Amino acid sequence: MKRFLIPSLALAIFVLYFISTITKQDIVPSQIEELKSEYGEKIRPSVDHSKFSQLKKSFSKPQEVTAACIDCHNERHTEVMNSSHWNWEREEYIEGRGVRYIGKKNILNNFCIGINTNEQSCNKCHIGYGWEDKSFDFANANNVDCLACHDNSDTYVKKSSGAGMPDPSVNLTTVAQKVGKPTKSNCGTCHFFGGGGNNVKHGDLEKALFDTHREIDVHMASDGGNLECVDCHTAERHQMLGKVYSLSSMNRNRSTCEQCHGATPHTNEVINEHGVKVACQTCHIPEYAKVNATKMAWDWSTAGKMKEGKPYEEKDSLGNITYASIKGTFIWKQNVQPEYVWFNGTASHYLTGDTISSETPIQMNTLHGSYDDPDAKIIPVKVHRAVQPYDPVTKFVVQPKTFANREGEGGYWKDFDWNSSIQHGMEYVGLPYSGHYSFVKTEMYWPINHMVSPKTKAVACKECHTSNNSRVGNLRDFYMPGRDYNATVEFMGIGAIVMSLLGVGVHAVVRVASKKQSMKNHI
Amino acid sequence: MKKQLVYSRFNRFWHWMQSVLIIFLGLTGFEIHGSLSFFGFDQAVTLHNTAAYIFLVLIGLAIFWHFTTGEWRQYLPTRQHLRAQIEYYLTGIFRNAPHPTRKTAISKLNPLQKLVYLALKILVIPIMVVSGLLFMYYRYPQSSSIQSLNIDGLEAIAILHTAGAFFLVSFIIAHLYLITTGHTPTANLKAMITGYEVLEDEHSK
Repeated sequence: MKRFLIPSLALAIFVLYFISTITKQDIVPSQIEELKSEYGEKIRPSVDHSKFSQLKKSFSKPQEVTAACIDCHNERHTEVMNSSHWNWEREEYIEGRGVRYIGKKNILNNFCIGINTNEQSCNKCHIGYGWEDKSFDFANANNVDCLACHDNSDTYVKKSSGAGMPDPSVNLTTVAQKVGKPTKSNCGTCHFFGGGGNNVKHGDLEKALFDTHREIDVHMASDGGNLECVDCHTAERHQMLGKVYSLSSMNRNRSTCEQCHGATPHTNEVINEHGVKVACQTCHIPEYAKVNATKMAWDWSTAGKMKEGKPYEEKDSLGNITYASIKGTFIWKQNVQPEYVWFNGTASHYLTGDTISSETPIQMNTLHGSYDDPDAKIIPVKVHRAVQPYDPVTKFVVQPKTFANREGEGGYWKDFDWNSSIQHGMEYVGLPYSGHYSFVKTEMYWPINHMVSPKTKAVACKECHTSNNSRVGNLRDFYMPGRDYNATVEFMGIGAIVMSLLGVGVHAVVRVASKKQSMKNHI
Repeated sequence: MKKQLVYSRFNRFWHWMQSVLIIFLGLTGFEIHGSLSFFGFDQAVTLHNTAAYIFLVLIGLAIFWHFTTGEWRQYLPTRQHLRAQIEYYLTGIFRNAPHPTRKTAISKLNPLQKLVYLALKILVIPIMVVSGLLFMYYRYPQSSSIQSLNIDGLEAIAILHTAGAFFLVSFIIAHLYLITTGHTPTANLKAMITGYEVLEDEHSK
């Protein structure tokens, strides 16, 4: 009896420990419960703006509404006018470049390329009234558009190609009396439609998020966290937390998962440890563009084809525009698996006027980081690949004038003349144009932060820890178990096993044969 | 010829626990390595780590046992009869020659076993334990942490651990075969299960 006591005791401990390890939950439930109750309470406004006499009147101009706002909120406009939402530029320190003032105001992208000369169209999404060219007065407080972000009536819309002015159909009195904390609908109106259509730019921010379910985005889903954008992108004096690295350079003012979930939200320490080198998003956003497709590639060089002398559009079966005479050819994708890069929170950019090297594709923005960088983590990104115009003589990626109200003003979308379009654009930004243009491949990196999936859909270990099509197969500057091996050790190791088997096999055969022989001799 | 207790109760417990653990660590380990697919990667990691801790406890017990019983002396290497033992395996065994060394309860290992088991004890197992613990407890370099605890990368640790694992697989293959070379093919196995083995009587020599 005693003889079995110790082994069976040890076995029992082993089995118990084994069961306890596999039944452990991966998330500390109390933390999630706390967050749910904290963010489940929706804020009730302390005032009813419809009762203020200042707002019980008809407004002939939106600037009058702003003046009425400032009448009570008498310093808020200065905060807004200090924000990147207003200035479309920030002071940024860029590695190797020094301090630069960069933002939508002056940075080129590889979608519609840039706002300069196109303000009337692009700046529909500026939180101001009337930024239609360089003469816009950034010091005039009455030009601040409070309503774009604070309309809670869901009736406020900005006019198409109206340089940020409201659509004439908007009843300013109704809107002014129903203002409040920004909702998804305020932010989404611009941020879901960047690049000229739904989900064109980000891939993880699109109109489906106005009202979605948990499978798409656990945070914003009405049957999930039901969070507003500003629950995470909190604001202090109108300075929003978070920014996108297509325009930003510095590791500051980031909106992070950790601000709510902490740095070690899992009970499994092995998974917590991953957090040192792997961003939460990497595992928890297995794919983006889960509802509608996002633009993955844009080829400007094919623009300008005509049908019966007229510009035209072609669409795929899902209604995505695959060719437009004014813009060229597009590739759209749905349910896209992100690409992965190291990222330490700093980025550099192609700045207008930089001469490009012969190395293509041109990196419109570069996310910095490597395995050896203690601040860097692996993050998921959407890479948008484009072919866009540049000047082969000056080596500038060019700013074309695309938008125009009428033909003959130089806007490519009306005249379909690159030369004149680039001429107008480059003159406007104060850079020379040689008169020759060509097209160059470019890439732009968009960190993926939204469309977090339910935990059951998180990326499985094996999707990265495998030598066969690992999600992070492109990141080779470190050793990863399951993906990497040393060829010599592998060869020698397998060799040793094979040799052992062979040796044992041959020995056994000879042994059996000689035994038979000796038995025969015996007889 | 008489039946003698060769392997004490703890000796057998230790041997079989060790064999189960090493095979289990091998299965889960090679699954993590990407060579097998059985438990699933995440389960394999959890099980591998759990088994590793149990193995550590077992090693602790075994060390205690070795020193309190003096069993460690069994593993003192000797060159005496070493050549004879090798020759026996290479040729003698086919001629039905007698074992060059006599197995007794006091000296149950032949010179080749002494050498190989000692190498396991002082080289392979320590390498696996140390590299395994580093595998589990290494910290990536973090700006605010203690520099000396940082390990820049897993590569060296992982390669050492993998190499050790390959060695152990080869060892198990050879071991499983060589235990059939006793008086009868199953004599050694039976002895390790029951503890008793029929040994040549000292006086019969």
